[in-house]
This record gives sequence, C-alpha cells and structure tokens, in this order.
Amino acid sequence: MNLAANKKTLVASGAVLGLIAALLAYTGNPKNMAICVACFIRDTAGAVKLHTTGTVQYMRPEIVGFVCGAFLIALLTKEYRSTAGSSPMIRFLLGVIMMIGSLVFLGCPLRMVIRMSAGDLNAYVAFVGFFGGVYTGTLALKHGFSLGRAYPTEKTSGYILPAVLVVLLILSVTTTLFAVSESGPGSMHAPLLLALGGGLIFGAIAQRTRACFAGSIRDVLLMQNFDLISIIGGFFAVMLVYNLATGGFKLSFDGQPVAHSQHLWNFLGMYAVGFAAVLAGGCPLRQLILAGQGSSDSAVTFLGLLVGAAFCHNFGLAGAAAAAATADTPAVAGGPGINGQVALIAAIVILFIIGFSPRNRKN
Amino acid sequence: MFEVDARGLSCPEPVMLTHEAIRDHGDEQIKVLVSEPHTRDNVEKFAKSKGKNVSITEKGDEFELIIG
Repeated sequence: MNLAANKKTLVASGAVLGLIAALLAYTGNPKNMAICVACFIRDTAGAVKLHTTGTVQYMRPEIVGFVCGAFLIALLTKEYRSTAGSSPMIRFLLGVIMMIGSLVFLGCPLRMVIRMSAGDLNAYVAFVGFFGGVYTGTLALKHGFSLGRAYPTEKTSGYILPAVLVVLLILSVTTTLFAVSESGPGSMHAPLLLALGGGLIFGAIAQRTRACFAGSIRDVLLMQNFDLISIIGGFFAVMLVYNLATGGFKLSFDGQPVAHSQHLWNFLGMYAVGFAAVLAGGCPLRQLILAGQGSSDSAVTFLGLLVGAAFCHNFGLAGAAAAAATADTPAVAGGPGINGQVALIAAIVILFIIGFSPRNRKN
Repeated sequence: MFEVDARGLSCPEPVMLTHEAIRDHGDEQIKVLVSEPHTRDNVEKFAKSKGKNVSITEKGDEFELIIG
C-alpha cells in the first residue's frame, strides 16, 4: 500500500503515528514526551552510561523500533540501499547540534508538536524558532549548500546500526549492565513489548510516508508542497484529541511538565534544530529512518545525536525544567545555564559557517 | 536532452536541481538520474505538479526519469 499516495493517506498515516504516541503515553511513557526522539536517545545514552544523570537513563525500545521498523520495511519493499560518503563528520556535528538545541528547549521537533497539542505555549515560541531555522536552512540550500553525494557501499554496512541496537536492547533486558532511572522521566515507560512494537510500526510508517518535521516546513517554503506537513497535521490532531480527552491540555506558559519559559532559549534551541535538520536532510526522526533504510551517513548523524546527548548532560548544556516552589525548595525558572547558552550560540555560528561557507557553493 | 545527475544527493537537492532544469530547459526533455526510491517519488511528484509527463525506468538499484 502506498501511504504517500495522496494527502488523505498521509493525514491518516500521521493520525496512526499520533495514536501510537498517545498509546505509549497512556501506558507509561512520560505524558508529553510520549515518543520524543531526542529525549529517548538521551535516555539511551544514559542507559549505556555515556552520561550519568540519574533521572534520564533507560534503554528506550522505541529507538530500536524506529530504526528496525524502517530497516525491515525497506528490505520488504526493496527500498534498502546501503550508502555512505556524504560528508559524515559534518553530519556527526549536525547531530550533536540538533541534540544541543533540542535539549536546551527540552524536546525534538516531534515533542515540540506533542507539547503544542497539549497547549504548551512555550512550544509555540519554539515553533517560531524552528520555522526560522528551517527557513535559514532553505536559504543555505538556495545558495548552493550541499553535503555532497552518498555512494553505494558494502551491503552489510547498513545492517550494523539496526543489529547493534537489537543487541543493546537484548542486553538491557537480560543483564544488569545498563543503568535504569528510579525516578524522573527515565523511570516512566510503557511495557517493553508495547514500546518495541509501537516503535516498529511507527518506524515503518515513517519510512513509507517519508515523515519529517523539518522537511514538512522546508517543502512548503521551497516548493509550496504540503504533502509532508499533512502527516504532521494528522499527528497533531490525534494528540490534541488525546490531551483534551485525558485532561492533559492546558493552554499556558507556566506549569507545563518538563518545560521552561525562557523564551529566547526556547526560540534559539529550536532555531538551531531546524537549521541543522535542513542541512542534514532531515529531523532527528528522519535520520533514524534513513539510517534504518541503509544510510551510514544518517547512522553517523545518530551517533552525533547520541554523543551530543551525553555532552549535554556531562557538561550542563541541557535546559532545566521549571518548577514551582514547594515547602522545602524555592521556585525554579528553568532553562539553560551559561554553559548551555554559550554552546547553543556557538552551535548556531557553526551552522552559519557550514551552511554559507563559499566552499559549499555550486557554480 | 538535458541531464540532471542527482544520484546520492540528500533531500531536497534532487527536486531543487529538477526545478532548476525545468525552469531553464523547460522546452526540452530532461533526464534525471536518482538512486533512492523516495527521491524518485519526490522528483516524479514535483515534475507532475509542474504539468510534465514523467516516465521512469529502473536501472539496477537506480532510476532514470524522463521528464517531458
């Protein structure tokens, strides 16, 4: 079945992605993270002890599912292509930057949309930044930015990431090698098989529909093409209904779970993500899908996301969630500390250098 | 026939190159070479949105699109 056949099938596919996210939130995942790619890569980085922040350590089966779902469906539909060679280290850097931006804001584009559907006005501020970042990325593309060609490579190269993730998941279930949070977001999770199954279906649908949060805005800006954004529309609608039905909808800046109201940093965080995602050819979700269908370049971007998540927590780059005062603790405004602010500004400068460097311009 | 070699390029470069080719060489046939099924679909959809006819030939793991 061709899910990308027309806008109706694309909206319906987005709605199914929303149902999966809602189901996983309902059965244990953190409510308005549901299936956040950046958050779950961060939790996975914590599980394998690349960082040691106790509240965000859990080997997320959804991440394994995204990659393996895309891998399996690509094999079945003969769309698997093992490729590599398109500026892998720039892609690694773009992965690191996407994670820094995401964790300053506290969520990838997927979670941004989930937060928007829950009435979190901070996510709308971030969306403006994301839109600006994608727009800047499209300007770089119009100026001739390119990461160059990927070339066919040894077929097994594309098998490595799915295989490694499966081994890590098996180890996480059968041994005590990995860290598991006892409190905080990392301790909240849907049952293993449901999370894995949901991730597999989510990954397969995302592969068939080419779902991409950055690409959806990019295509509207560059080509007035509304196909990809139809998927996001379907996803948003289902999550909105879910939040309204379960009492999770609250239209406000304050009191949102795992969020902060530092507007400038929410804006800039997602600006960096949007900009980097266009340069990398896709948002964090799309990178996992491309890696699953054989792109070693996108697998390197995934490694950038993973290492970036570790850096964010090891060096205090991630934003802190706002918290109300309690009897024992004062109120916390949240947002990134000075390390995160400096890192994010540096990341944006790097994006401009990468995107608009004369070296990259085609004639 | 004008030829666009978009093999191995990331999205949306193949579509952008096709766009430029249709803009600058719209009065002749355009051959676009791509290596990924999703790129094939995107280029085909884009060319059709510009009112063009598209025929696709699979060549090994790659695709040749004739836009006219």
